[in-house]
Amino acid sequence: MTLFDYPFMINALRAGTIVAVVSGAMGWFMVLRRQTFAGHTLSLVGFPGAAGAILLGLAPAFGYFGFCIAAGVIIAMASPPVGSALYSEESAVIGSVQAFSLACGFLFVNLYHGNLNGLTNLLFGSFLGITNGQVVSLLAVAVPALVALGLIVRPLLFASVDPEVAAAAGIPVRLLAVIFLLLLGAAAAEASQITGSLLVFALLVLPPATAHVITGRPLLGIALSVVLAVAVTWAGSVMAYYTPYPTGAFITTLSFAAYVAVRGIRVLNARARKGPVPMREALT
Amino acid sequence: MKPAGVVSDTVSTSNEVIHARGASVRFGDRLLWSGVDLHIGPGTFTAILGPNGAGKSTLLKVLLGLQPLASGTVDVLGAPAGAARRRIGYVPQRGAFDRTLRIRGLDVVRLGLDGSRWGLPLSALRARRTREAVAEVVNLVGATQYASRPIGGLSGGEQQRLVVAQALVRRPELLLLDEPLDSLDLANQAAVAALVQRICRERGVTVVMVAHDVNPILQFLDEVVYVARGKAVVGAPNEVITTQTLSALYGARVEVLRASDGRLVVVGTPEAPALHADRHAG
Ligand SMILES: Nc1ncnc2c1ncn2[C@@H]1O[C@H](COP(=O)(O)OP(=O)(O)OP(=O)(O)O)[C@@H](O)[C@H]1O
Ligand SMILES: [Mg+2]
Repeated sequence: MTLFDYPFMINALRAGTIVAVVSGAMGWFMVLRRQTFAGHTLSLVGFPGAAGAILLGLAPAFGYFGFCIAAGVIIAMASPPVGSALYSEESAVIGSVQAFSLACGFLFVNLYHGNLNGLTNLLFGSFLGITNGQVVSLLAVAVPALVALGLIVRPLLFASVDPEVAAAAGIPVRLLAVIFLLLLGAAAAEASQITGSLLVFALLVLPPATAHVITGRPLLGIALSVVLAVAVTWAGSVMAYYTPYPTGAFITTLSFAAYVAVRGIRVLNARARKGPVPMREALT
Repeated sequence: MKPAGVVSDTVSTSNEVIHARGASVRFGDRLLWSGVDLHIGPGTFTAILGPNGAGKSTLLKVLLGLQPLASGTVDVLGAPAGAARRRIGYVPQRGAFDRTLRIRGLDVVRLGLDGSRWGLPLSALRARRTREAVAEVVNLVGATQYASRPIGGLSGGEQQRLVVAQALVRRPELLLLDEPLDSLDLANQAAVAALVQRICRERGVTVVMVAHDVNPILQFLDEVVYVARGKAVVGAPNEVITTQTLSALYGARVEVLRASDGRLVVVGTPEAPALHADRHAG
């Protein structure tokens, strides 16, 4: 028997792949836009969302999507517009959302009379026991989110790299910021269901950050980020199948190792290339 | 020289790139400037000068249609400001790109061409044309050597050339530059100024540049717009940057001195542009 003969393994790989593709793509923009703090908060918000849904007797997926997307909208609306942008102010908004949502999460878990195993799953994820229905619901969110990203990919890149010039060129910079946080909320909600709220970063930050180190070409970088996220998800799932350790731990470790390796190679290359710096021609 | 408020009716306005009449801008109950008249012809090089906070950047935003007027009219390229936005190249006032921004210079330039297109870039033909247009304009600004490096790691002068290339890649008829020489060393200031002058002369692009120090571009200028104390004077540089005109504008004794190398120094106003080379230090 191979591992593909087990339906739970097939579903884990299906779900993992969907989540990895979405996280790799959205995460690339999140790293570019320096919104990792927002992304982190959106992931954590999934925890009270799911806990609240369980408390009300609903499927956790409703809580993940509802809370993550709502938090995305709140952060986007409450943040200062580009130009007058005070990053500290945005951070304060995000931090408040994060603190409040964590407090809600603990309250909900307590009200539910703490099933400790459930709490661990919410925080650290559960790859096994993913149903067909869950795979379909992940796909139902992933496809429209990716289509939306494809539609706005170039204006979003412009607005992220050069907001003022983009605004002058007629791009709706503020609207794109809101749409992007919505998409990021969807990605965080997807990833939370598989990796848990605490390990979302394994997929949402590390593969994109690695891709940014490897290439400065936007479309290639997004593709690379997706490929890396899928690769660590598959490798992590297979490793977990043959060992008694959880999938999330392997995915996180592999993503982190890839990032460290790529940074290390860059440093070594830079050292090797470092010769006398040529004088720049002063005048053209 | 045409003092602000005096509209010359003899000038034909049909071929003017910028035509403003009695323009004023208000923020709340603060009148930033008023009675501004501009007649800027095609292919000319104009500088906007004035102290910090006079409203120079705001004037460019008015030309882009990003800042509404409280009164008066502004036509740009034959249409009300904002309507011809796609025919204008704009380089805003800004600091350097974030050091850690890892997007290549080429891709930043490319955004000027296709950054406002929706959907994925699927046409191979268009992709090739885009690549060629980007390579050409990068070559024009002399940035080919470093354009494929991440822009965050480039020097201020290198970045400035690339953002000028980004503004040029769509082949605009009007180029609006907000303090592009700021934070460059003297050699790079001279090089970027010469580049802008070349684009203006060789390609017939009308250039309006906000400058904090007029000297690097003085020899290239056709016209100067000097904004201060809520008003603007417009005219040839040797008419506007004089003791008499600036004293009248400031309503106080201001002296314009010419150094032996031809550089102009404005003395007597606490906010005179040429005296504040160190204003970004704090
Ligand atoms: N959107 C706005 N709302 C309110 N006040 C504004 C706005 N934009 C600019 N101002 C104010 O108008 C004044 C002029 O601003 P502007 O940026 O045009 O000056 P500037 O001449 O370009 O100055 P600097 O040399 O420092 O760049 C400033 O006091 C600024 O605070
Ligand atoms: Mg300014």
